[in-house]
Amino acid sequence: MRGSLLTRQRLVGVFLIGVVLLLSPALSLFDRADELAGIPLSYLYLFGVWLLLVVLAAVTVESGDS
Amino acid sequence: MPKKVLIVDDEPNIVLSVEFLMKREGYEVATAGDGQKALDMLPEVRPDLMILDVMMPRKNGFEVCEAVRADPQFGGLPILMLSAKGREAEMKKGLSLGADAYVTKPFSTHDLVDRVGELLAGRGA
Amino acid sequence: MLGPNLIVLYALLYLGLLFAIAYWADRRADQQRSVIDSPTIYALSLAVYCTAWTFYGSVGRAASGGVGFLPVYLGPTLIAALWGTLLLKMVRVSKTQRITSIADFIASRYGKSQMLGGIVTVIAVLGVVPYIALQLKAIARSFTILQSYPEVQGLQDVQTVPVLHDTALHVALVLAVFTILFGTRHLDASERHEGMVAAIAFESIVKLVAFLAVGMFVTFSLHDGFADLFDKAEAAELLNPFIASPDSGYQDWFSLTLLAALAVMMLPRQFQVAVVENSSEHHLRRAVWMFPLYLLLINVFVIPIALAGQLEFAGSKVDADTYVLTLPMLHQQGGLSLLAFIGGLSAATGMVIVETIALSTMVCNDLVMPGLLRRWKHVPPSVDLSHLLLRIRRGAIVVILLLGYLYFRLAGEAYALVSIGLISFSAVAQFAPAMIIGLYWRGGTRSGALAGLIAGFGIWLYTLLLPSFAKSGWLPAGFLEHGPFGIALLRPQELFGLSGMNEITHCLFWSMTFNIGAYLLFSMRQAPNVTETTQATLFVDILKHERPVGIALWRGTAEVAELQGLAERFLGRERSRLAFRRFAGERGIDDPAMLPADAETVHFAETLLAGAIGSASARVMVASVTAEEALGVDEVLHILDEASQIRAYSRELEQKSAELEAATRDLKTANEQLKELDRVKDDFMSSVTHELRTPLASIRAFSEILFDDPKIELAERKRFLGIVVSETNRLSRLVNQVLDLAKIESGHADWKTEDVDLVQLVGQATAATEQLFSERGAVVHCDVPPRPCVVAGDADRLMQVLVNLLSNAAKFTPEGHGKVHVSITEQDSAGSTAYRVSVSDNGPGIDPADQADIFDKFRQGGGGSQKPVGTGLGLPISRRIIEHLGGTIRVESGQPNGATFTVMLPQTRGGGAANGGSDAEEGPDRR
Repeated sequence: MRGSLLTRQRLVGVFLIGVVLLLSPALSLFDRADELAGIPLSYLYLFGVWLLLVVLAAVTVESGDS
Repeated sequence: MPKKVLIVDDEPNIVLSVEFLMKREGYEVATAGDGQKALDMLPEVRPDLMILDVMMPRKNGFEVCEAVRADPQFGGLPILMLSAKGREAEMKKGLSLGADAYVTKPFSTHDLVDRVGELLAGRGA
Repeated sequence: MLGPNLIVLYALLYLGLLFAIAYWADRRADQQRSVIDSPTIYALSLAVYCTAWTFYGSVGRAASGGVGFLPVYLGPTLIAALWGTLLLKMVRVSKTQRITSIADFIASRYGKSQMLGGIVTVIAVLGVVPYIALQLKAIARSFTILQSYPEVQGLQDVQTVPVLHDTALHVALVLAVFTILFGTRHLDASERHEGMVAAIAFESIVKLVAFLAVGMFVTFSLHDGFADLFDKAEAAELLNPFIASPDSGYQDWFSLTLLAALAVMMLPRQFQVAVVENSSEHHLRRAVWMFPLYLLLINVFVIPIALAGQLEFAGSKVDADTYVLTLPMLHQQGGLSLLAFIGGLSAATGMVIVETIALSTMVCNDLVMPGLLRRWKHVPPSVDLSHLLLRIRRGAIVVILLLGYLYFRLAGEAYALVSIGLISFSAVAQFAPAMIIGLYWRGGTRSGALAGLIAGFGIWLYTLLLPSFAKSGWLPAGFLEHGPFGIALLRPQELFGLSGMNEITHCLFWSMTFNIGAYLLFSMRQAPNVTETTQATLFVDILKHERPVGIALWRGTAEVAELQGLAERFLGRERSRLAFRRFAGERGIDDPAMLPADAETVHFAETLLAGAIGSASARVMVASVTAEEALGVDEVLHILDEASQIRAYSRELEQKSAELEAATRDLKTANEQLKELDRVKDDFMSSVTHELRTPLASIRAFSEILFDDPKIELAERKRFLGIVVSETNRLSRLVNQVLDLAKIESGHADWKTEDVDLVQLVGQATAATEQLFSERGAVVHCDVPPRPCVVAGDADRLMQVLVNLLSNAAKFTPEGHGKVHVSITEQDSAGSTAYRVSVSDNGPGIDPADQADIFDKFRQGGGGSQKPVGTGLGLPISRRIIEHLGGTIRVESGQPNGATFTVMLPQTRGGGAANGGSDAEEGPDRR
């Protein structure tokens, strides 16, 4: 973690993406009673975003210069 | 029988002055202008002491000293090195190569004569 | 099949296994072969965040609120992305200052304030005890439920059980013993517990595996996957697909996310594993994604289990908080039920062990120690303080767990698991302003932090804790409905008329508003003092400083022996001696007693002590044996400023390390050249002295001879005096040439620029050296053009070169039949015309090996086999003259056919095409 200023900055970017997807009106777009493949859209959205954030963070730190 | 001194130096004026000093002390003198010539002359001259310059053409004083010490016949010949090379390291080198005394140029004539006298007396004893 | 004894046996076996892991990891740590030095272990240990509340409570919450529980995990997922800076700062500060707890951290940030440390400790204990109670409750309930296997029963009222037969009490006592074993087994009261971390990481795996096992059984064995389960739930009208709550919209979603994001960093146990127990900053890297991934995995099956439970237990008295255990039981899955029980046990014990250790450290260092220190001012302490420290911590562990039990016994049943957890979250969130703002804003002061904490905590007490007491029946319920003394504006759950929020959101809003407000207001009211300034800068600029700069910030007098004695009292003799010896070794000193009593040593002793008793107490203790001189604020700022400037410079250097490496290489080459130059210079000096000593020797010898003996014959006397005169001349010549060379080399020589006719010059030079040749019986033959060959130059200097070349030739020609040939020819080269002057002799020639450096000083003629003739400076001087005039000089020698010296000089007039019309006076400068 040390020394990789770029990685840290990119992680802040991941944080901001997460804030927009989980804590903004964007959330309400998926807050509906619809289902996709038998699973409520809202559930899919939340876990999907969650997984996306994990993957983004992982890609950022594991590919960053050490 | 007078002691015989071989003076080896490439500077004619030095040879001249040392020769004068040695003769004044009553020694027999032979001279050589370079190291190789000195080594060639050894069996013939059979000196009792050698006064040896260091910086000389053909064979320098260190080489001559080494060669003399390696020779079984003259291994014990007293050698006085008389050199303008006055650095500590050079003196040490001369003495460790087997020289009995190391006198730097410019030298005191009295000192030189005394040292030669000591070396010859030491050998005679 | 699963009688109470058997369950107890399994539980104890599990705890025994944990202890074995911890013991093994401690042993490895002692052997310097740490097992926890792994980013994965670190990330897993952070999952101590997931407690029984997660394991059992999430399902309960999901059963009633759908995905409404998820912010408890989404908050940490979001904030984890900021750990790269936020947590890194906290870790680095803690490493350099040997921070032992979050109380220590906040106290240290605001000038190592004992008061702050104490307040943080009180808040943490009061805030977290309910959370510990929750774990005890979970273990006791799961034990009770599993006992009735294979029957699934509703729960009997816990409070009807007499205290001594209460499972929860037994659980609390057993856990106290285990926590003491994990956390304070070592005689040295150090801040890190490698064994505990290893055990916690293992527990994280156990609870995840157990939860996933139950989740998969429920989803794929009892039902046909997620879609099937959702269909059935929808049909039974159990599914709540909405994120927003019907009452308050997204408000709770936001506030819960924020609360969890703060709690995951502020909870004492999270601070313990993430910061205090961190063994390498590199581990943060993986935690940033692996910890959120863990949270994601442990939550995937929460909603399916909740839905399945509701489908199965519809209308029964079975609590949704127990579905994880009761669903396998209902389906006669003995093994899976036991695994679920063990999973819940691991989640609860992990939390209890780490939280209690963290709290006991805080209680010991920040509550008890300051009191003891005050007492010791009057009554000197006993020598063996390290045992006392351990006893205090063990006592604190027992007291905290009993407090947890007490809370559980008195208030536990009033709330569901999730609510108790959120009350704790809200309490520790009060640390966030002082912690986080304090890491980025230097202006925060001790009084600001105190005011913020007290205000925030007060609001928490009033809006969250008191209502929970009221709901438990300890306070009149009218207090909630009508406000104290009937003042509606002060109703705890609708403070100042703010309504329409759930209690957690309401508390978070008001407590943060008052906390941050008071923090900022009181911070800005007065300027920070010296210690506050120092600590603020050290914390805020921690990423700028590679090394702790505190060492430079102490001035005063100290005795090393006293410092060492102090450390021995608290850390034990062996450990402190080892630490001092290592420190001395780092400073290149063999004997610790020989350490200088300087700022660095004092700083070392203080941080060493801080690791055992906290920074505030360590500061007081060190101050008691040293005499510190006060530094002014300006002075401190100046020192810190310098330190950060130095850091900035060195960072710049780091970035340019590649360039630097190249520069270093160049420097090395240059150095070697300089060394070579030095050697040459040394040789030069040696040669000059040698050349000086030889004529001096003759002069002195003959002078002494003449002086000693006045009776020397006249002829001989004249001869000797003649030698003295000629040797004196030789000396003066040498001195002149050395000076001449030095003058040319330094660029101070006077150069005339005039037209010089080489033909004429050669004539003059041969005339000047005629004597030399005739003495040696040599013949000089000149071959020059019939017309003038004009070059631009200095006639005297050129003359010097020619005479030098000619006299050299004369010296080397064989005696009696020497032949010297001098010629001038015109030569075109590279578009311009040059004159070529050569001087050839029929002497012995020059060894090809020596030709290259014959122009170097004192490297003249013949090398080792021949005595240098002359001063050895003639050719070097000649070369410099010719080069200065824009020409070249070189030597050719086909040994033994003599040597030819050739000088090339560019022509300026007399038929040269290129320079035909140019004026000699304005000829090109060839330098």
